[in-house]
Amino acid sequence: MLEIRHFSKDFNGLPVLSNFSLALPRNSFTVLVGPSGCGKSTLFDLLMGSVSRDGGRLFLFGAELPDLRGEAGYMAQKDLLLPWLSLIQNALLPVMVKRKLTSDDYKEAKNLFSSLELSGFENHYPQQVSGGMAQRCALARTYFFRAPLALLDEPLSAVDALTRQSLRTMLLLLQSRFEKTILMVTHDVDDALFLADRIVVLSRSPMMVTQEFIPEGKKPRNPSNTELLHLKEHILRSLQEGR
Amino acid sequence: MTGRLIPAAATLSFVLCWEAFCRLQEIPHFILPAPSRIAILLLTEAPLLLKHAAVTTFEIALGIVFSLAAALPLSIAMFFSPLLERALSPLLIASQAIPVFAVAPLLVVWFGYGTGSKVIMAALIIFFPVTVTLLQGFKSCDPGYQRLFFVMGADFRKTLRFLYWPWALPYFFAGLRVAVSVAAIGAVIGEWVGSLEGLGYLMMQANARLRVDMVFACVVLLSCIGLLLWGGVSRLEARYVRWNQDTKEIQTNK
Repeated sequence: MLEIRHFSKDFNGLPVLSNFSLALPRNSFTVLVGPSGCGKSTLFDLLMGSVSRDGGRLFLFGAELPDLRGEAGYMAQKDLLLPWLSLIQNALLPVMVKRKLTSDDYKEAKNLFSSLELSGFENHYPQQVSGGMAQRCALARTYFFRAPLALLDEPLSAVDALTRQSLRTMLLLLQSRFEKTILMVTHDVDDALFLADRIVVLSRSPMMVTQEFIPEGKKPRNPSNTELLHLKEHILRSLQEGR
Repeated sequence: MTGRLIPAAATLSFVLCWEAFCRLQEIPHFILPAPSRIAILLLTEAPLLLKHAAVTTFEIALGIVFSLAAALPLSIAMFFSPLLERALSPLLIASQAIPVFAVAPLLVVWFGYGTGSKVIMAALIIFFPVTVTLLQGFKSCDPGYQRLFFVMGADFRKTLRFLYWPWALPYFFAGLRVAVSVAAIGAVIGEWVGSLEGLGYLMMQANARLRVDMVFACVVLLSCIGLLLWGGVSRLEARYVRWNQDTKEIQTNK
């Protein structure tokens, strides 16, 4: 569904990406794991078009595109909620930027809020709720991009362990119920084991795919089952080698 | 309660000391009038004083409106185009290095003794702080949010409306608050240089006749105008920059 072909990018003569290719099947959850500073953020910048690439082509549903601007949802480590909008308005922001909100939009957002356990907080402001709730609201906003594709840039790394577990479950909901194709970047192998259909391990400078893993078992998985623990060791080892 | 009591007590004791000093030392009222004399004058000459105060207030208000009308589009344009910013910011800074007193006589020559030259004087004084703080506010916007709006495919106009403008509002109000307190300076200087009405005019006339009490009465009224404008801006800010207040509230609750 999404095809990245031969992306390359130099920063001051230093190759961050060279000849990087990756294909995402429809409705798949691909997790990129790599050492910090390996160029994952640069890849996202190139995909979104906020930084121009030196070479490479991009295809979405077989059609070539310059970048994914306006074509993909986005969620970052920080919740990036606007403090002057209520939670429900924040979630609907991608719609609000395009057109006037209707009562149907609000109804849909209310439904989504109840599956994200945010019911009753629709009219609260971001600074009045916990970090986990704010991040769930950011997840709702990712849905309202209404794009088939979602780019998640370490969305779980700023929350505590308990919140993290519930957010993982909700990310799966985003994929399965709303049929999104998801590309997520993380440095937490457990996130990858729990969520991914495919785990891609990356190396540093230039960023390259060193190994790919397909974790077994239907989701939601239990990352402490022996097979997955085995896989985790394997991934950690190949991460070490990639450095 | 004590929060208000202390400044009130301090002000009151200052006025009382002043009064006592004037009476005990028998200072002539054309050197330093006692507060009671000023208060009585404020009451007896109220119609005259208010008439001139109204003129000055009008000049200040119009000056604020004009400077905002120029500062808003200019700061947005400079934010949108770094080239324009680079081109204009030395000019803006240089224009501020010119003391307004120096141009005041020129403005009177160009725009006459009437309201025009005073409005322009007030506007000139306000224009710079508002433009600069607003530009600073736009530029302080978190790059994470800018990226979010970029991915959403929002153009500059939409991003301005939903992100940059609300983001810069606290800065805007900070600039405006400074601006309204100095706007009075511009208007009064304009009146000093040449005018037929206004508190500045009244002050010049009174000073020439050693009516120092009248000068003080004008000063009191000017302070009142400044305080009223300040209060007005604070009220607007409380209304439109609610999220800052919310944060404060939460922090005190914890």
